[in-house]
Amino acid sequence: MYQYILDHLPNKSSFRFVDNISSLDENGITGDYTLRENAFFYEDHFIGNPVTPGVILTEIMAQIGLQSLGIYLILNGLKEIKKDGDRTLFPLLTATDVSFYKIVLPGQKVTVISKKEFFRFGKLKCYVEMLDENKDLVAKGMLAGIIKGAAKTKLS
Amino acid sequence: MDRQSILEELKRVLTPYTANKEDLNSINDDTDLIKDLKINSANLIDIIIDAEAKYGIEIDADSAEKMSNVGSCINVIIEKMQQKEG
Repeated sequence: MYQYILDHLPNKSSFRFVDNISSLDENGITGDYTLRENAFFYEDHFIGNPVTPGVILTEIMAQIGLQSLGIYLILNGLKEIKKDGDRTLFPLLTATDVSFYKIVLPGQKVTVISKKEFFRFGKLKCYVEMLDENKDLVAKGMLAGIIKGAAKTKLS
Repeated sequence: MDRQSILEELKRVLTPYTANKEDLNSINDDTDLIKDLKINSANLIDIIIDAEAKYGIEIDADSAEKMSNVGSCINVIIEKMQQKEG
């Protein structure tokens, strides 16, 4: 039911880290992603001992917790919701402060729960948690980003 | 509230976002938030929100755009405080 949000995500194929959005409103979002066993980063991180890199966990938190929520907030603010992805929304991660508590292995499913702190002047700041299938805390922290209308727009 | 006391309070608002805290000791109206204090441009929005909470004011997008240096920040804060009182 939230497929139109996924269609607007600019991240594709090997760098798309959202499988499913289970709940979404103007104050927050919950979604999940299952780590692919053949993901490109496991081959070298680490050889013979594949674990999910912290930057990838952060990226999953950002794609679900910031990008997907941000796209929803922007589309909700438009008079007419464009349901087909026109790829004009361009998200930029501007700050992260994330702590990690548990390792995530290939094939594991993680759930991301994001709560909006504010969305103003195009900046979205959220408190984001990541849980594993046992509902154990994997990571938590603050993420912030800006969603620009187009790639050519400068950050400042 | 006069400009000097707003400046002193503004320093406290800017502190968490300023890379080198000692840079705040020598700020004046011409101090640029991004160039001089090396503040991440996305954090200007956090500063605006913090200033709103501190002074009980509301800063609109047009005013927010003007807040590029310390002097213009103080001008906007004074203007919004006067609007609130008036």
